[in-house]
Amino acid sequence: MPYQFTVSPDFGPDQLAGWHIFNTWLQRQLETDIHFETFDNFDSQRQAIAKDQVDIIYANPYDASFLVREKGFVAVATPQKPDETTIVALAEGPTQSIEELTPGCKIAQTDDPDISMMGMMMLEPANLDSNNTVLLPQNSYIQVAKALIQGKADIGFFLTDAFDSLSTLIKGQLRSLVTSDIQVVSHALLLGPELAARKQELSQKLADMSNDAQGNSLLESLGFTAWTPMDEEEMEFMIDLIEALAA
Amino acid sequence: MQDMSPSDIQGDFRKTTLNHYDGSQRVVLVTDNETPYPEGKLIVSRTDTNGNITHCNRSFVDMSGYDESEIIGQPHALLRHPDMPAAAFEDLWKTVQNGNKWHGYVKNLRKDGGYYWVYATVIPNVRNGKIVGYTSVRRKPSRKKVEEAISTYANMS
Ligand SMILES: Cc1cc2nc3c(=O)[nH]c(=O)nc-3n(C[C@H](O)[C@H](O)[C@H](O)COP(=O)(O)O)c2cc1C
Repeated sequence: MPYQFTVSPDFGPDQLAGWHIFNTWLQRQLETDIHFETFDNFDSQRQAIAKDQVDIIYANPYDASFLVREKGFVAVATPQKPDETTIVALAEGPTQSIEELTPGCKIAQTDDPDISMMGMMMLEPANLDSNNTVLLPQNSYIQVAKALIQGKADIGFFLTDAFDSLSTLIKGQLRSLVTSDIQVVSHALLLGPELAARKQELSQKLADMSNDAQGNSLLESLGFTAWTPMDEEEMEFMIDLIEALAA
Repeated sequence: MQDMSPSDIQGDFRKTTLNHYDGSQRVVLVTDNETPYPEGKLIVSRTDTNGNITHCNRSFVDMSGYDESEIIGQPHALLRHPDMPAAAFEDLWKTVQNGNKWHGYVKNLRKDGGYYWVYATVIPNVRNGKIVGYTSVRRKPSRKKVEEAISTYANMS
């Protein structure tokens, strides 16, 4: 049975090809069969993880906590690219700032757990929480944008990267109300228990990726500039932070 | 901890002596200038088991008014404001030493004598079943909750 590699479902459509090439790179570096599997949403990916069907994952910080603390995964490397959250409203709409929002506010969001957590946190200054807001679940960030444009939602939660990569036509109709500035939380590449022994070897190879032209073009197709090795304590620190933030 | 210095203070100030839990004292100089909490920012710090600061992020440095070199190694009480009741911090310490998460509204003192309100969470850092330090994350509080905290703290000692 080949090992299974998967990526947090919040990656942009432009990056799918890049992740396929990355999987080929992984197979060559680890000299083993690896199958690349994508999931449409976080829930189906989590079910696969629960059934121990995932061996390598590029995980968002929230899932990384669960993978390391509950499933024995180890962190290998992180792209130097913090995860931030943007709350968005209609450009022509009435809302100019978070503090103007009132109870009953309708929120379009994907099932991205980090973004949902950070988004709700940034609503606290307006005394809003899950008890006095209405959540409108969407399948993708494009759908979140559509819900705003069609007037179905008052605000939408975006991974900042995903908001930035919307087309100018769509972005022009939207207004960013606030973007988080956390600085210290990011996605990470993790190895499951069966491959954990190869952590050192892989993190070195990932760090070397930015040293040659081919590696750089692969990094570029993933939207990264370089991989930085991540040690156990750095990962534990990030997990502590996520735990402190999760109410 | 060093006493605060009038040359660092912006505007009119009053002088108070804080009595710390460890028996030490510190002279603090306090103004009425509030620095609004910036939208979307998280202030992060970590301490050792004694509450001495081991790490902080850029937002911590920016909001406190101190240089990073003046922060690392100092007790977290560096930010203690005289309007905060000692009982709030006793509760904080009791909670995290028992392995639990603490939440609360905190008025913090800046190097320039001004203050800023935060909504803080403190958790123990558990490694191999042992507490090796503490992490705190602060975010922007709602004005309503700050008003409630002001009146609660005014009635505490
Ligand atoms: C992780 C952590 C973060 C803390 N953050 C603050 C803070 O931001 N402001 C503050 O006044 N006290 C903070 N404290 C509490 C201080 O350690 C201290 O108990 C408090 O300032 C009262 O001072 P005293 O204990 O010297 O009397 C923190 C403690 C921990 C463990």
